[in-house]
Amino acid sequence: MQELPEYRREEPGAQPPALHPPYASTLKRAPLQATMRLPHSLSEITGPLWDSSHLRPGDDDLTRQHQGEALGERIIVAGRVLDEDGRAVPSSLIEIWQANACGRYRHDVDQHDAPLDPNFTGRGRVMTDEEGRYRFVTIKPAPYPWRNHPNAWRPAHIHLSLFGPAFATRLVTQMYFPDDPLIPLDPILGGVPDPAARLRLVSSLDLEASVPEWALAYRFDIVLRGHAATPMEG
Amino acid sequence: MPGQTPFQTIGPFFHDGLGWEGGEDLVRPETRGERIAIRGQVLDGDGKPVPDALIEIWQANAEGRYNHPEDRQEKPLDPAFMGFGRSATRQDGSFRFATIRPGRVPGRGNALQAPHVNLGLFSRGLLRRLVTRIYFEDCPENSEDPVLALIPHPARRATLLARRSDGADGVVYRFDIRLQGEGETVFFDC
Repeated sequence: MQELPEYRREEPGAQPPALHPPYASTLKRAPLQATMRLPHSLSEITGPLWDSSHLRPGDDDLTRQHQGEALGERIIVAGRVLDEDGRAVPSSLIEIWQANACGRYRHDVDQHDAPLDPNFTGRGRVMTDEEGRYRFVTIKPAPYPWRNHPNAWRPAHIHLSLFGPAFATRLVTQMYFPDDPLIPLDPILGGVPDPAARLRLVSSLDLEASVPEWALAYRFDIVLRGHAATPMEG
Repeated sequence: MPGQTPFQTIGPFFHDGLGWEGGEDLVRPETRGERIAIRGQVLDGDGKPVPDALIEIWQANAEGRYNHPEDRQEKPLDPAFMGFGRSATRQDGSFRFATIRPGRVPGRGNALQAPHVNLGLFSRGLLRRLVTRIYFEDCPENSEDPVLALIPHPARRATLLARRSDGADGVVYRFDIRLQGEGETVFFDC
């Protein structure tokens, strides 16, 4: 039998519970029974792997996917994808979606009274390189209202979806921007119990990665689960 | 040691960002194995359909091998089968996949697992991914499966058994997912 690696479990406090009443939609959707702990077998330590055939030209620049340039503040988002041991996660697909510079998604369900930008779809894809680095160009999304509570507005954010090396390392998250006054009021970000872990979702201004007179850069590093210390017998 | 990046909800607007051409169809004409359809519906705590969920599946090929370097079993890979699928629920909460019946894969220790499909569920109103497994009700190997054996109550175990029907369009397994309340599906801490 081959030796099977096992992945670390959730870091206490870093992952939100299913039920978080301040986020009202969790009330009828969160399971209430205790979850069963799944031993990591081949089913959990394998997962879909991707190559660059899943990328199309322009996937890494959301501002230039149409005839004209997208409206809004052009920004660069860049960072590294690491595991909990600080090792780079190479060739990991990152799927990206976001609202436009007015806080509106190109989506039938989004009825927010804000203009659509015909030159902005708000969808991108990138892959990490051998050092786990990724980079894409987009516009800074705006906050938008939602119906969770009176005057509820989501802080500006970009959705990111990552696979990592295994079914167990799958992550869907949101990246926020520094100094957004809506951050402390947001019940979705507030679902993360540990305040220090919440801060991991806030990007930081990165002048070094910025391009003078063209775009500021925001750095956002992502940490996926690492291998557990002692591999068990397969 | 860097800390884990927290999960956040997929929200209601993921369809473009997570669009996947042919995501619901895992088979090509040359794929080996018995064709099956998996169909189901996602329901909330009031029994209402969830129209904005995303279901992802990951499974072994017909021989019981995953298309991944960590699977070093001496079984053939199928170049025409990757094993990953994605389906966004419709207005009625339904999702569907066209796939093949997976073979058995080993579990921890010496136990062989019954054929199963690994499932991840995301939606608005869920701050995290929910993980469960689809087993096939007519599989005699279910009785020796080490994961099903972890679930003491038979009624709860039954929430992981897809129900078979044989129609004009082939074998269909029905797997409804109840997020909350009566008949709540068993979810795993993965």
